[in-house]
Amino acid sequence: MHELSIAMSIVEMAQEEAARRGAIQIQAVHLRLGRLSGVVKEALLSSYEMACEATLLQGSQLLIEEIPVEVFCPKCEQPRLVDSIQWFCCPECGTPTPTVLHGKELEVVALEITE
Amino acid sequence: MTTQTHVAPRLVEVRQNVLKQNDIVARALRERFRQAGVLAVSLVSSPGSGKTAFLEKALTLLRARYKVAALVGDLATENDAARLARSQAPVKQILTGTVCHLEAAMVQSALDGWDLNQLDFLFIENVGNLVCPSSYDLGEDLRFVLLSVTEGEDKPLKYPTIFNSADVAIITKADLIAAVEFDEPAARRNIQCVRPGMDILKVSSKTGEGMTEFLEFLDRRRVQGKNVGAGL
Repeated sequence: MHELSIAMSIVEMAQEEAARRGAIQIQAVHLRLGRLSGVVKEALLSSYEMACEATLLQGSQLLIEEIPVEVFCPKCEQPRLVDSIQWFCCPECGTPTPTVLHGKELEVVALEITE
Repeated sequence: MTTQTHVAPRLVEVRQNVLKQNDIVARALRERFRQAGVLAVSLVSSPGSGKTAFLEKALTLLRARYKVAALVGDLATENDAARLARSQAPVKQILTGTVCHLEAAMVQSALDGWDLNQLDFLFIENVGNLVCPSSYDLGEDLRFVLLSVTEGEDKPLKYPTIFNSADVAIITKADLIAAVEFDEPAARRNIQCVRPGMDILKVSSKTGEGMTEFLEFLDRRRVQGKNVGAGL
């Protein structure tokens, strides 16, 4: 389980950003989490709470936006959302879709801070 | 009653990849490998799928024609490095302690003192784990995911993320296919479901089956890599 080290990176990143902006508190961290990122949402949430202890983020919320897996269908020539990460095929025409456009995201997009 | 001014929190945009530090180091490593003309290959799999046996065989065979070296990650013990050292290739163990995967910085510090210009191939054996290593770029040119026939043909469906993050699948312990009634066509179908178009090799480290094809595959990729590096 690597979610704790991921959570600690998030906390570290948020603290650096807060220091840069002179924030006194961080209320929330907004995170985009892809279904193919290899990180489990539930495990990340509980690790986050631990990682926040005794930091500016104590008591803050981790708001996760889950990003579905979007592939490019070479036949339809269109981006498509796959229904399952066990089946990388176009949901419209069934063509195998090796090109992944989205779903690997693991990024902090915003912070809610008090200055 | 005193009134207290309540300052509403302000939303500030950040947009930073959480693994940015790892990705920066991985990119630098990839560039170092390219400049040195070394093909870096990582191996991921579950524990006990035969990574070390396969790597020992590969190093021994490759040493006849190439300069090869290996880094091997484990939580504890240097047993794997000792086994791989039998191939006579330079081998370094990376002990991760309680960390369940390798990160780019661990690879970077393990390479201290090694002259990459002296190498043709560098192998990086990850910690046996089909979950966590998928998130970390190690700067490798190729990621091989190993699937032993004793694990069952549905492994790719159970761990789609790691299979999707890899470039090549290797079915190992091919000598046991009949004994464990491994459904090879189903395994191949499952791999293609989670990573369409993925190259699949099949080997037995015990009998040597498939090792020639594996070496030819590496040869081709090395030449391709060199051509790309030369801007062709």
